[in-house]
Amino acid sequence: MAQLVEGRTFKTKMNIIVCVKQVPDTLEVNINKETNTLIREGVDTVINPFDLYAVEEGLRLKEQYSGMVTVLSMGPPQVVDTLRQALSLGADNAVLLSDIGFAGADTLATSYALARGVRKIGSFDLIVCGRQAVDGDTAHVGPSLAERLGVGHVSCVMRICEMADGNMTVERMTERGIEQIKLSLPGLITVAKGINEPRPPSLKGKIAAERSDITVWSAEDIAADTNRIGLKGSPTRVVKMTTPEHHRAGQMLEGSVREQVTDLVSKLHQAELL
Amino acid sequence: MGIRVISERCNGCELCLQACPFGAITVRKKLAQIDIAKCNLCGACVDACKKFNAIELIRDNVQTFDKSEYRGLWVFAEREGGRIASVTLELLGEGRKLANRLGESLCAMLLGNQSGKLARELIYFGADKVYLAESGQLEVFIEDTFTEVITGLIKEHKPNIVLLGATAIGRSLAPRVASRLETGLTADCTGLEIDAESKDLIQTRPAFGGNLMATIICSNHRPQMASVRPKVFNAAQRDELRIGRIIKYDYKQHTLTQRAQLLAVVKDVAEAANIAEADIIVAGGRGLGNAENFNIIEQLAEALGGAVGASRGVVDAGWIPYAHQVGQTGKTVRPNLYIACGIRGAIQHLVGMRSSKIVVAINKDAKAPIFNVADYGIVGDVLEVVPALTIEIKRRCVKEQESLAVSKSKQEHEFALSS
Repeated sequence: MAQLVEGRTFKTKMNIIVCVKQVPDTLEVNINKETNTLIREGVDTVINPFDLYAVEEGLRLKEQYSGMVTVLSMGPPQVVDTLRQALSLGADNAVLLSDIGFAGADTLATSYALARGVRKIGSFDLIVCGRQAVDGDTAHVGPSLAERLGVGHVSCVMRICEMADGNMTVERMTERGIEQIKLSLPGLITVAKGINEPRPPSLKGKIAAERSDITVWSAEDIAADTNRIGLKGSPTRVVKMTTPEHHRAGQMLEGSVREQVTDLVSKLHQAELL
Repeated sequence: MGIRVISERCNGCELCLQACPFGAITVRKKLAQIDIAKCNLCGACVDACKKFNAIELIRDNVQTFDKSEYRGLWVFAEREGGRIASVTLELLGEGRKLANRLGESLCAMLLGNQSGKLARELIYFGADKVYLAESGQLEVFIEDTFTEVITGLIKEHKPNIVLLGATAIGRSLAPRVASRLETGLTADCTGLEIDAESKDLIQTRPAFGGNLMATIICSNHRPQMASVRPKVFNAAQRDELRIGRIIKYDYKQHTLTQRAQLLAVVKDVAEAANIAEADIIVAGGRGLGNAENFNIIEQLAEALGGAVGASRGVVDAGWIPYAHQVGQTGKTVRPNLYIACGIRGAIQHLVGMRSSKIVVAINKDAKAPIFNVADYGIVGDVLEVVPALTIEIKRRCVKEQESLAVSKSKQEHEFALSS
């Protein structure tokens, strides 16, 4: 599987899998100050913002080279809403990995389940993931999935420069600047914000998405080893969650602009910041 | 594996509800109910219910293994140009403390080409041993080759802990290494400790865009791996008298596959915009009114010798490239001084900058949330305040240089007199 047929050109057809995650709408993540827990009741869920760029990039490649975009996710049954959103944008198929056995998965167990899902979907040329999910912020799942599938990856892609037979050229952002990298295909990229401007869903797309079926696979369907999924397959464990106190007893400066500015510079000077 | 409430014992006291970090418990009719879709089986409720013992976590037998086989705290040494990256020096600084607490050695892994000099530097900065893999193929960082060499080294020497910087390289490399080793990895840590009892590494990291701090352990797998956010820990002190061993690792025993290839480094504004490393950041927001006004931010940054940051709003409006964006979907920064100009302070922006040492906020709206995280606030028009600040800083600079020059000439004068 995951083999690219020798000599195939992308002008004929390209199999793209886009991985998406459903996340809480973080604007509305609130903490119950008494119990120190996340208030999840009534919190809307959205598609992870970075994954919207991944979906868009997948769709653009499909439009340019023709082919198929399959969106893949893992999570509770309500994630079908997120997948439907991707379908409404133009994705062809959607697969949800949903099983009580997947619950409590860390990034290692998540990438294992996703890899099993990809295997069942079949061959692919390119997997596109968002750079990271905004709830966990780990940026692990993309590279980890590539490792499990035995393909190369490039993280934090800002631009796809070129698609060719068996490879693609991309630009990634690093601390040192922008690197141009040639990646063998099949392969995996994670995309950063700024790679594109995601399209809004169309009414027609929405209606079509409402009518389309979403494939749901259990752990058994993807022949997952029960020791490697969910909490059992997760080496890391969250043992505590606390809310950091960030409020500062700030000082509002007073007087004319000139006075305030002079005062500020003196204070910064005293703090040896200048 | 599972969890259940023993209804005969539960009296609906809600202690478990308060303990659950995931909001998975509800109490109805004096009986706790656990929503398994939200439950992470972390066991916090079981601990909270010790008095009644009404919650049972059914753990499968965890395969125990001899943890003592795994020894040593390892740091992946990242190169930056011809030098050791500053985050690596920070890891050596913190790693030294943790290694001492464990009574284990501090080691570094260095991959490169003709890097003997850098290997010695790692010893000067605290490494007891440096595992050095050298070849032309390892000159530039590529995930495939580095993963292969690093996993080879780890499998052979069995370290207890492996730390990497949470940089573009570290965050791309670490998940591949951890997955190949089938071990746990915690991303972007801001705190590391050793548990007094179990000797496990206690890792703290922000989650939910910084709204929560999560404490994470990896008790049944080794090595324990973590990527660590730059600029959180203090760099190790350099000491040329330190001694250590450099152990050459013969990577040739592997056949290195390489599915990616670096074609070019497009030197970009990113250099000027390397806000993640900057000590001083001046950031501008929508309050500036238009793109042209952004130059007052650049002028202030220049006067301070700092970098230019931006809110998401102005990046989305196209006033300045994405590389400058601070916040949840941009960069997380932690400078000594952060000056927010015309930025209201949406939560997504605050989580990206609120761990800065000193925060100055300038905004015309006294109720803007940015003032809640500021040490000093100025309520006023940024277009008026920022240029005035630039002038004042320049004036102060000149004054200081003058007084320096005066004291220097005074000294010279005194020296001339005394001789």
